[in-house]
Formats: sequence, structure tokens, C-alpha cells
Amino acid sequence: MQAMLAARDLACRRGERLLFRGLSLSLSPGEACHVAGPNGIGKTSLIRILAGLLRPFHGSVECRASTALLDERHALDPQVPLDRALAFWSELDGSGAALMEAHRERLGLAELADVPVRYLSTGQRKRAALARLLGQRAPVWLLDEPLNGLDTAGTELVETLIGEHRAAGGTCIVASHQPIRLAQATRLEIADFTA
Amino acid sequence: MIGRLLLRDCMLLMPGGRRGGALLPLLFFLAVAMLYPFAVGPDAPLLARTGGGVIWVAALLAAILPLDRLIAPDLEEGVFDQLAVRGVAEELAIAVRMLAHWLSFAPLLLLAALPAAALLGLEQETLRTVLLGLLAGTPGLAAIGVLIAALTASLRSGAALAGLLLIPLSVPILIFGAGALARPDGGGLAFAAAISLLLVAVTPFAAGAAIRAARES
Repeated sequence: MQAMLAARDLACRRGERLLFRGLSLSLSPGEACHVAGPNGIGKTSLIRILAGLLRPFHGSVECRASTALLDERHALDPQVPLDRALAFWSELDGSGAALMEAHRERLGLAELADVPVRYLSTGQRKRAALARLLGQRAPVWLLDEPLNGLDTAGTELVETLIGEHRAAGGTCIVASHQPIRLAQATRLEIADFTA
Repeated sequence: MIGRLLLRDCMLLMPGGRRGGALLPLLFFLAVAMLYPFAVGPDAPLLARTGGGVIWVAALLAAILPLDRLIAPDLEEGVFDQLAVRGVAEELAIAVRMLAHWLSFAPLLLLAALPAAALLGLEQETLRTVLLGLLAGTPGLAAIGVLIAALTASLRSGAALAGLLLIPLSVPILIFGAGALARPDGGGLAFAAAISLLLVAVTPFAAGAAIRAARES
């Protein structure tokens, strides 16, 4: 099977520090990868390199499908009611309002549609960002600390969503220092690639 | 897609928009026009001679008042990252932002120039030159605002640098735009329009590069 996302011999330098080198990975449809490691080791940098937002110091990334990114910055306008903030992205992504409402419902945000984003709690914002992620319908998911701020039910929901996404032929890379249950996922310790 | 981006940017920047304080440039502009005669005294010929220049300086400052709201919030919130993941070039996002910024202050400013001209006792002919000059120059002022906002968005002491960058960038437009008042042959206006065009053409690329550079830092 052809890889959806492949990275070869990646090295990442931030300032004067070489964070990791010689890192390769390849993901086919349905596969998932858990990027693990302590804070500051380069998990976020790896995700951003894979998303094409950061240039690798060495190596190359090849991606055959559209990617969706979920990180600490949710890109939802703080002053705007939640449904309008999400509508901006869903209209850009071409997913319908009905679909977005279903996602909001699923993520437990149904009653928050009229609440400005800045009044939402950390966990609610994370759930809103997950709704944006679902609305994008991209085959490759890049998730940077998706469990931060979520309660137990939220954590389980994320695990379920990732499972469904993989069952539908998507791939997923999760960078997290927390344990996350992913069936048959490869585990990538960045510590193995530090210089 | 461009329409959707423009709609969002306009909603954020327009008077009564969600990032607030969007009427401030207009009020600031009128306040300068109102206070200037009090400051220099009731000398009608002097006011009529210098009033056009005052309107220009007020317009320039009004254009850069919303500087900190133009780029920095979206950079912090990761909006440009999400757009990039979706294949929207930073240059396009900036070009749209520039248009939205122009729409948010220039038409109102042109309207406000009428009462301002009355307050300063400008003659019909001068007012015409000022309005034409502003029409030619405000796109350039909008471009300067977006460019400076993008260059300083990721810096801690951005505000100080913004002031320093503003002076050299805005001097050419002011020289020719306000200079047209002294030489009513249209040459100054044409030069102001040309500089405006150049700034509008360069800004998306320069500001786009600035946003990409901010990611690497």
C-alpha cells in the first residue's frame, strides 16, 4: 500500500540546538503513530514540519493527501459566537452547516453555539477545535497534544474519533506526552533520534 | 474563498466590527481637524494654506491607528497556520487583509475630509486636490499599515519599531500627495498614485515573507 504521509531522514534545528535527526516515518491509510517524549524534545516541531509550516533542517516530507492540523492555537476568533467562528472554517472547507451542527452536537457544544469563543473554557475550546478538524474532512490528521484540557469523557471521545477516522481510511499522527489508547499504533520516541 | 476571507476580515476591522475601536481612526482624524485651528489661532489664510497638509498627516496617522489589530491577533491564534495547511498562500491572505483595511478606513476618511475641510477653511480647489490625493494615497497608506503590522507582529518591542518603520515608508507618499497642494498641475498626484501602487504591489510578498519568518522564530 502506498504511504499517505512519508518523511525521510528529518532533522530539526531550533536556534543553535539540533532537536532530532535521522527521523523517518511512513504512514499508510488506516495507520496511526504516537509521537512521544518529554516537554521540549521537539514533538511540536515535528508536527509543524509534517504540516509544512516549518522547514526541516534536513530531509523531506511527502504528503499525498490534504492535512488537517490541531494544535494549541485554535484559530477561532475570540470575540465571535462559536457557531460563527466555526462557520468561517466550514465554509472555507466546503462542509455544510448541517454537518457542522452534527459535529458540534457530538462534541457536546450544542448549547454553546451563541457563546463568544473567549467565554469558553479550555476544554470547550479544544472541543471546538476538534469540530473544526472534523469539518475539514482531511485524510491526514496531525494532532499536537489533543488531550490537553480535556476531561476523561473528552479523552475517550478523541480516541473514538481517531478510531473512526482510521477506519474510514485516514491516518493520524498524535504528539502527546500523555498516554493515549490507539489500537495498533506505532510509537515513536523522539528521544531515540536526539543528537 | 477570497470572498469568505474578505468577509471575515471586514467584519473584524469595520467600524462596529468585532475587534472594536474601529471608529477611532475617524474620530481621531476629525479631532485633529477640529483642534488644529484652536492650536494655531484664528488666522484664516494660514489655516487655508496649511490645512491640506494637516489633513494628510491626520489621514496617515488614522491609517496606522489599528496597527496592532491587523496581523498580530491572527498570528497568535494560528489563523495563518490553518490557512497555510489548507493551501491558502500568506500573500493572498495579506492582499485580502489589505483590501479590508482600506475599506475600513478610507471611504469614511474621504467623507470626513469634507467637514474637516470646512473646519480648516479650505477652498473648493484645495479640497478637490486633497480628496483626489487621498483617493490615490490611501491604498498606499493601507499597504504601509499592513506591512508594518506584519513585520512587527512577532516582536516583543514591536510598537517602537513600528514607529521607526512608519517614517521612511510614508514620507514619499506625503511629499507627493501633500506636495500636490502647492503645485496644482497633477504631477504630484500621479507620483502619489504611483508610490501607492508600488506599496500595494510589494506588501503582500513582503508581509507574507514576514509571516513565514515569524513561524521559524
